[in-house]
Amino acid sequence: MSVLSLRTITKSFAGNAILKGVSLEADEGEFIALVGPSGCGKSTLLRIVAGLDNADGGDIVIGGREVSSVAAADRNVAMVFQSYALYPHLTAGQNIAVPLAMRRLTAAQRFPFIGNLLPGQRQIRADIQRQVREMATSLRIDHLLDRKPGQMSGGQRQRVALARAMVRHPSVFLMDEPLSNLDANLRVHARGEIVELHRRASVPTLYVTHDQSEALSMADRVAVMIGGTLLQLAPPQEIYDDPAHIEVARFLGQPRINVLETRMDASGSVRFGALTLAAQNTPPSETPVLIGVRPEFVRLSPRTDGILKARVERTEFLGSEVIVHARLDAIGEAIVAKVAPVEAATLSEGLPVSVEIEPDRVMLFATTGERLRAQTIAVASMLEKAHG
Amino acid sequence: MTRLSLGRVLRLSLLSLGALIFLAPYLFMISTAGKAQSEIFSSSLALIPEQWSYVENFTKALSRVSMPTLLWNGVVVCALIFIVQVVVAIPCAYAMAKLKFRAARLMMVLVMLGLLVPIHATALPLYVAFDRLSVLNSYMALVAPFSISVFAIFLFLQFFRALPDDLIHAARLDGMSETGIVARVVVPNAWPAITAFAIFSVVAHWNDLFWPLVVVTNQEYATPPLGLLYFRAAEAGDDYGALMAATLIITLPLVAAFLIAQKRFVEGITMTGLKG
Repeated sequence: MSVLSLRTITKSFAGNAILKGVSLEADEGEFIALVGPSGCGKSTLLRIVAGLDNADGGDIVIGGREVSSVAAADRNVAMVFQSYALYPHLTAGQNIAVPLAMRRLTAAQRFPFIGNLLPGQRQIRADIQRQVREMATSLRIDHLLDRKPGQMSGGQRQRVALARAMVRHPSVFLMDEPLSNLDANLRVHARGEIVELHRRASVPTLYVTHDQSEALSMADRVAVMIGGTLLQLAPPQEIYDDPAHIEVARFLGQPRINVLETRMDASGSVRFGALTLAAQNTPPSETPVLIGVRPEFVRLSPRTDGILKARVERTEFLGSEVIVHARLDAIGEAIVAKVAPVEAATLSEGLPVSVEIEPDRVMLFATTGERLRAQTIAVASMLEKAHG
Repeated sequence: MTRLSLGRVLRLSLLSLGALIFLAPYLFMISTAGKAQSEIFSSSLALIPEQWSYVENFTKALSRVSMPTLLWNGVVVCALIFIVQVVVAIPCAYAMAKLKFRAARLMMVLVMLGLLVPIHATALPLYVAFDRLSVLNSYMALVAPFSISVFAIFLFLQFFRALPDDLIHAARLDGMSETGIVARVVVPNAWPAITAFAIFSVVAHWNDLFWPLVVVTNQEYATPPLGLLYFRAAEAGDDYGALMAATLIITLPLVAAFLIAQKRFVEGITMTGLKG
């Protein structure tokens, strides 16, 4: 059963459509990463789920209850903000206690001075303190409880923000780029911690990020949003290997996927340069198409007798791998390959090379961006070469 | 090094000169408060009294008018005005800065207009109204016209705009009502703005002579500056030594308060980006 479901959420600001009918279902204990370039509406969607913003249309159902008109406080969702949004005048312990105090103490019991005299509150306050301490211990911030946010480092503040969100056992957990203010080392470390915490709490989580490696490494499913539309929602491996849209393929993957424009001819074969690929299971028709090949499936070899000839333009050494930029002789398009450093040693700048592409890794897209599916692609180039 | 210290000397002497110009009347007041009647009216001008008559003058100042009543009235009026102004202005400024509602623009225009209208313009209608309500000669008449300070709204508005939206959002998600947000999140973080406003408000109303003069004729409700006026009238305006002593007593609380809280005040003013 889905714990959180969004149905055709729309939102526009001053005539600009920010969300164009986004639908999404999250199951019990699922971790969904919402990823997309800045301005794609992912944060807006999160705010709408939290109740901080109202959608123009669509339904939000949390735990079987339609909450579109329910105030943020009564939705039982917790959120971790990019800026952490800790109360600067309260200590870490007081920050974590706020959501509990707001829920468990009555307005009269929270009232300054007078509240402390009312019956029953002492017991509740002690209980809250205990819970705060437990939460802090599990996040290893119990030594920070008496410090104010100003006296803490970014990583510590981030943990306090997590603790404040988790302490009240929300039914949905929302995170808005919680790691983007941390330095690179800490970020990778914090990723693992958040995943671990999520496993323990098993609360469905919507995690907004613009960092694809965060999305792919942390989430059970990744939702790619571009221009206010949710283009694909799938497990990380699937969304990477089998993107439904050219924009998804472009957004995920570092370096970016190679996209080459070409045409499919009446016989259903696609050619660029001297390379011909036969597209099967598709009604043959003359139409322009886009070919996508991820850089790791492009092989460059220092031979001059290949079918696709290119010239190395530039290499980027990244330690465990080398990114090689080459330009195809025939059509003048750039192509990027990811190669092992050993192979890269033979590829110097300006060198003429042969390009080989793994045929079953080639993806075809319509010019509108949709994936042309159910196609296996066979190489017809050998034949071509024999004739030539 | 010499150049630098020369610049420093120049700067310091310029500042000292400025300080001297601004302090001169006050210093002269202190000096006069210690002079005997004959010396004040003599042709020679000396800063240090030939004959110290501080005790005499202060005794006169304290006995002729009820100084404690004046000071107490000053404290009550300033405190009431300040508290009411803050209680009214903070929720108003919060709403204008952080909530979306249709009349927000109109309210902003009204606040701006309010800033342009001086008390003197509305003094007469207010006086007539208070007279009809028979509340002249009361704390009510002294406090009510100042209860809504557009200046306070404007100052807090600027300050609240700088508060991060996420903080308000977090508070909302944590279950706070809008009143709760104002009381528990906005106010505790607005102390610099509140202190800054406190200076403006308290100084203005402690020193205000115009409005008390309009609505108060009973000495029981006289504020310090009005009390000074009575003192002068009672003394037929010639005992300057005692008058200066009385003035000294009246200005002392503000000077003392400023000196004690100087650091916080300066912090408050610089934090709101306002310059005196």
